[in-house]
Order: sequence, then structure tokens, then C-alpha cells
Amino acid sequence: MSQVMKKVDVVIVGFGWAGAIMAKELTEAGLQVLALERGPARDTYPDGVYPQTMDELTYNSRKKLFMDISRETVTLRHSVNDVAVPYRQFGAFLPGTGTGGAGLHWSGVHFRVDPVELRLRSHYEERYGKRFIPEGMTIQDFGVSYEELEPYFDFAEKVFGTSGTAWSIKGQVVGRDKGGNPFAADRSSDFPLAAQKNTVSAQLFEKAAREVGYHPYNLPSANTSGPYTNPYGAQMGPCNFCGYCSGYACYMYSKASPNVNILPALRQVPNFELRNNAHVLRVNLTADKRLATGVTYVDSQGREVEQPADLVILGAFQYNNVRLMLLSGIGKPYDPVSNEGVVGRNFAYQNISTVTAFFDRDSHHTNPFIGAGGNGVAVDDFNADNFDHGPHGFVGGSPFWVNQAGAKPISGTKVPPGTPKWGSGWKAAVADSYRHMLSMDAHGAHQSYRDNYLDLDPVYKDAYGLPLLRMTFDWKDNDVKMNRFMVERMGKIAEAMGPKAISAGKKAFGQHFDASTYQTTHLNGGAIMGTDPKTSALNRYLQCWDVHNVFVPGASAFPQGLGYNPTGLVAALTYWSARAIRERYLKNPGPLVQA
Amino acid sequence: MSKDQPASVQPARRAFLRQSLTLIPVATLASTGLGGAVLADSTTPAPAEPARAAPARAYQPSFFTQEEWAFVSAAVAVLIPTDALGPGAADAGVPEFIDRQLNTRYGSGGLWYMQGPFRPDAPSELGYQLKLSPQEIYRLGIAETDAWCQAQFGKAFAQLGLEQQQQVLEALDGGKPAFASVPAATFLGMLWLNTREGFFSDPLHGGNQGLAGWKLVGFPGARADFMDWVERDERYPFPPVSISGERG
Repeated sequence: MSQVMKKVDVVIVGFGWAGAIMAKELTEAGLQVLALERGPARDTYPDGVYPQTMDELTYNSRKKLFMDISRETVTLRHSVNDVAVPYRQFGAFLPGTGTGGAGLHWSGVHFRVDPVELRLRSHYEERYGKRFIPEGMTIQDFGVSYEELEPYFDFAEKVFGTSGTAWSIKGQVVGRDKGGNPFAADRSSDFPLAAQKNTVSAQLFEKAAREVGYHPYNLPSANTSGPYTNPYGAQMGPCNFCGYCSGYACYMYSKASPNVNILPALRQVPNFELRNNAHVLRVNLTADKRLATGVTYVDSQGREVEQPADLVILGAFQYNNVRLMLLSGIGKPYDPVSNEGVVGRNFAYQNISTVTAFFDRDSHHTNPFIGAGGNGVAVDDFNADNFDHGPHGFVGGSPFWVNQAGAKPISGTKVPPGTPKWGSGWKAAVADSYRHMLSMDAHGAHQSYRDNYLDLDPVYKDAYGLPLLRMTFDWKDNDVKMNRFMVERMGKIAEAMGPKAISAGKKAFGQHFDASTYQTTHLNGGAIMGTDPKTSALNRYLQCWDVHNVFVPGASAFPQGLGYNPTGLVAALTYWSARAIRERYLKNPGPLVQA
Repeated sequence: MSKDQPASVQPARRAFLRQSLTLIPVATLASTGLGGAVLADSTTPAPAEPARAAPARAYQPSFFTQEEWAFVSAAVAVLIPTDALGPGAADAGVPEFIDRQLNTRYGSGGLWYMQGPFRPDAPSELGYQLKLSPQEIYRLGIAETDAWCQAQFGKAFAQLGLEQQQQVLEALDGGKPAFASVPAATFLGMLWLNTREGFFSDPLHGGNQGLAGWKLVGFPGARADFMDWVERDERYPFPPVSISGERG
């Protein structure tokens, strides 16, 4: 028998970026908001305190701040005909947990979106014809435009304290030859902070990219280039390039996080509560499954607790949102055979490759321990649809960049091809290379396909006896074609730097998705937004088509993976959704879009 | 950079500094503002001191038996040898690091999802699928390797000459000996990963003694403030410092 708590207006599952933004917006609307976070309480102190946090083994190798996969993980298989096995050790992706979620220990690359990617299917059909999109590729439009989202991108940057260089503001070009991105969409105002300094690696990339005819620009970074106070009164100190960003809480209060940029304001209001160590098992629904009545969670002592609420926000990590919907019976589960159902469809990732250039020890000192997670120089010449895809026969684009985030020696020492695996030869190569190399990434959009999807695993369970989520996922020929094209184009930048050696990762046709090595944590889809309830779980306001008082912000709403990093779009969509709740839903609770 | 800030931000910034200055330990001051500027005037940075060439401090293993300890001490010395570039893994205390790690939650497999059923024959791209914890991988892997060395050479691994030891580790890496209890390449892979971890992690974990690993590659450790060095294509001249304040 569950303990039943006093009803609240809003219960939010997960306190990362999406949960924190929703909490701020809905408390401003006067609602009583409760955020349930399954992980522990975390903050700059004690989780990012100097010097204890400068510990690569604890935070990077042993992943102290990440999700506890001994209790709950996912299972993986490459096709519907395979048997899935658990993701037993961290590899390809690293979900967070605890206050701030992965927002506490992300890097801080803070993009908007290329407008084309919000209407990807329509755009490709218009420019290249319907037959250009391969059979089985299920890309869709988001159902919302860049123009509609622009005010929310703008506000999110001000909340995050984002450093960058604008190209155009209200149609006026301001960033030519100053580090602006000529391919960037127009903005209503400038970045709140000027771009950060550029590392030696970023400077080398900028010069080489220009030499080969590309258009380098400053990466938009949610690491501060100077002191900053955001619209909520939260204060940030200037980033000092300590290099401990991704996987770490920022000791300098320089990297935007829910903990630094939003929670201090929420702590001031009486109508907000954050309850840690509260692991939500399911959303409770009425018998007809048309309305949510609240959630049931397990508290720190293992007791089941029922929390009634009028409005439920699922703000957990991408795949945890999808799993909660499946465990709760919200929306029809997706079936790849019949191609029917919506929850679990369009699961997509990021199509990333890295090229490393090694210099003679007397030619360049890249000092890769110097870094900031969001900082760097990029080119968009091959991102989105900024070039003619017609002759190349694939869908998708990729920004390229040097994003020197601070390479530490356990994970960040690389050696040129041909180096012995260990022994004195390896030792000499590591000593020679570490301070004289740079890495660049083709970050790469990833498309959705009929048979890449999420459902519940029939065998494996979590610590509470509930089914794990199962990922059925593999690379397709379109992904490999794009990846090889991008690595070749980015390789020209590396060659123009005149290094002594280059190593490049390039996908091969037929190569399987490898879960054992880190790629990115940018997982998308599974509970996607759209305009048709037959092909999307959520409407354009992130509201469930089937249960109107459940909203699901997060990258789970993306119908496919972007070329850029997802956090900026997650934040903007969450503000967009919150605005619809405040201005329309609260006055007249019901579907905001008629199916 | 801060000149673009509206004036109203400045009092808040000062308040921030007042609050945070007390949190910055002495170890960082040498690399910030004043200290950095003075030292940066020097056109010829001090040459790197040769790394300390002394054996690791005494340590009594609590996970490994004496035989296992002898194996690990010998094996890590092959993987990262002491040579003209400075101390190797054994002299830097990597065996102590591994012994201590095996007594943590990591060592007992507590950081991994370890519920069955286990399918060790699943494609390698799906990641680790054995039911073995790191403790078990070491225990079984060392026993298998020593037994294999006995059969091949009539001696345990630790008693072999350097060349034979190198051959044995290469054979393990190639998965050549067909061990019944643990795949040879899995054991070697874990040993090599833990060796690098011990050589390059903060000395608070037991390895990287004398900051040998950091001095080898030029990693400054916990300095964690490079504001004055971001844009400079030149050698970073300051020696490493550990979390406890030890300097290399």
C-alpha cells in the first residue's frame, strides 16, 4: 500500500535542464511545483569543489556523477532478429543523474538549430524530390519553425550566459570577419557574452579552414567569457580554461547548469520543492488512460509513494522519458513490423568522427590540458543543407570543429598511427605527442529509420523488477556515406595544418554500431513531436496526443538527430512548451492541438 | 573581455570574488594573474627536471596474494618500463594503485550491470558481457597466465626474463592462450587500462608516485587555471601539482 502525498499542481520527473526550466516557468505562473529527482542532491559544493574535483580517475574513468547502471541500464541489439544484451559498462553514451542531471557535468556547447533541420523531410522533398530520401528513412518535420522558437533560443542564451559571436541581428550583418557564422540563422539580439578566447588548436583550425576555403566561426559556448548575472539573478564567474568540464561540475561557476543558473532562483520561492532520491516508477492514469492523476515513486528507503498532481512533466533523460511512457501505458507502443504506434519510434543518435593531427614537438604547443567544454572554432560549410547534396546521395550534414575541452592523460593521450601498443616505444610516443596534437570532430546529424527504435526488453529487469528499455539500432548506408564524405572534407583542414601525422576514424559499409567506446550522449527521439498523431507521440507543444496533462520535453521529442548539439534546442523547446502551458493550457486544460 | 559588461554587473562580480577567493587554494595562485605574468616574462622556461628514478614506496597488498603481487609488479614494468625517459609503472606505484582499486566498488563489479542471463558470445560491439568482476578477472587471469608460463617455460611469469615476459603479454593480447576461465585478451586489456590509469591518475589513488606519469607527458595536474596561457603557442613551463599540493 503506497503512502499518498498531498496533491500538487505540477509534478516534474527529473531535474535536469528540461525539468529546471519547466519548474521555473510554472512556479512563475503561480503553480505549486514538485520536482522528483531520482539521483542525489548535487551542487558546485561539494561535487565540483577545488581541488578534489580535479580527479580524472574518479570523475572520468569511474564516472562518479553519471547514472548508476548497476541498478538500471538499457539493452542493445543491432536488428530485430538479434537477441538484445545489457549495456553493462559505460561506453558509447553517458546519461547523468542527480540534481542538474547531465546539465551539471555537460561540456557546454550551446547551439540553436539550423532552421532546415526543423522541417527536414519537407525541405529535402522540395529541393531534391521525394525519391531522394531512402526507403526506410523516417525523418519528419518537428512541426515548429525557427521563427516561432527564436524568442526562446534568445532567452535561453541569456539564462545560460552563452558566449559567442553573432552573424546577423534583425537582418543586419554584424559578425563578418569577426568570428560570426555566415550560415547561422538571424537573431533578435546578440549573445549575452562575447566569444571566449581561442586555444592554439582552435587558432590552427581557423587558419587552416580559411586556407581550404571554408568559413570558420566561434563556437557558441555556455562557458563564460566574463562575469555574468542572468535574468534570474544567478551569478557566474569567468571561465579560466581549467579543462574540467565534461564529466565534472564546474568549480568556477563558469559553465551553465540547472544548479548554477536556475536552482538558486527556485530556492527563493515557496511554491517549489525539489525532492531527491525519488525514483519514479510510472505515471498513474485514469481507467480510460486519457488523463494522468500523478506519479508513483520509490523513496530513499525503498517505500512506494503516490504523488497526485494535475499536470505531469516528464523531464528525464531522453530514453528514460520513453521508458516511463511505455511502463505507464501512455501512447501506443511502436511496432516496426506494422509501422504503427508512436512511442519508441524514430530513435536516432549522432554520426560523429574524429581526426587527430600530430605535430613535431618544436612546431606547435597545443597544450591540450587547457580547455573549455563549449569553446572552439567550427565551420558549417557542410552542415545541414548548406551544400548541394544532390551529387552525393545522402541525407544530413555536419559541422566540423576543434572543441578543446581539456584532454587529461588517462583518456586524452593519443599516439600517431604505427606506435607500439606499450613499452618504451609507446612511452616515448606519448611523451612526444601529448602537448603537440589536436583533435577535430565531424559532429554529424543522424537520421531516423523504420527499424531503429525503442521498446521494453522481454528479459532484463532493473533493481525494482521493471523491464529495461531495449534499443534496436545500427548504422545504415546513408550514415556511412555521409560519414566518409565528412571525414574527407574535414581531413583537408588537418592536412592544411602541416602535421607530421594524421589519424582519422571513418565508418565502413556494414560496420555495426559499437557501444563499447564513447561517441556522444546525444540520443534523440522515441517520444517525438509532430503534426500527426499517427506518426508522433507529442504535438508541437510537447503535449501527449493521448493524455493531455502529460508534457514531455527533451531530446526524446526530436524526430531525428541534429548536426549540432541538442541542449540548445531542448532548452528552447522547453520554454516554448512552458509558454503554451502558461498562456493557453492553464486557462482551458485540454489538447492544445486537435488531432 | 569584461569591458563589454554593463556596469551594473560589476558589484555582483565583486561580491562573487569576495565569496569565492577564499575557496581558491594556494596551489593555483602560482598559475594565475600575478605569479603567471612574472614567470611568463622569462623567455627560456626552466627545463623539465628529470623524473625521480626511485622505486615505489613500500606497500603491503591486501587484495593480491604474494604470487599475484609478483606477477602484477613484473607485468606493469613491461607495459610501462623504467627507461631513459624516467620511472615506469612499477616504480610509480601502479601495483599499489591496482591493489587498492580492486578493493573498491569498481573492483567488485559494483559499477556494472551484472544481472543475468549472460551471453558472452554476443557481438563484441555490444560491449562487455562476461559475468566476471575485475577482482575475478585478475585472480583468474594471473593464475591462468602463470600456469601457462609454467607449461611453456617452467617458471612463473615474474621469474621470466624481460624478452619472454614481453612475448607472453603479446600472446595474451592476441588472445593466443586459450584460457578456460577468462579470455586472455580481456585480462590483458584490463591490466593495460588499469596500468595507464595508475600511471596517470592523481597520486591520491596510489600510483603516479612522484608525479612520474604527469612529468613524462607534461600534464600540469590540478593547476586548473590557464587563463594566461590559452592563446600561447609555447611550452607551458610550470611543473605539475597534485590534489594534495605535491609538486613535480
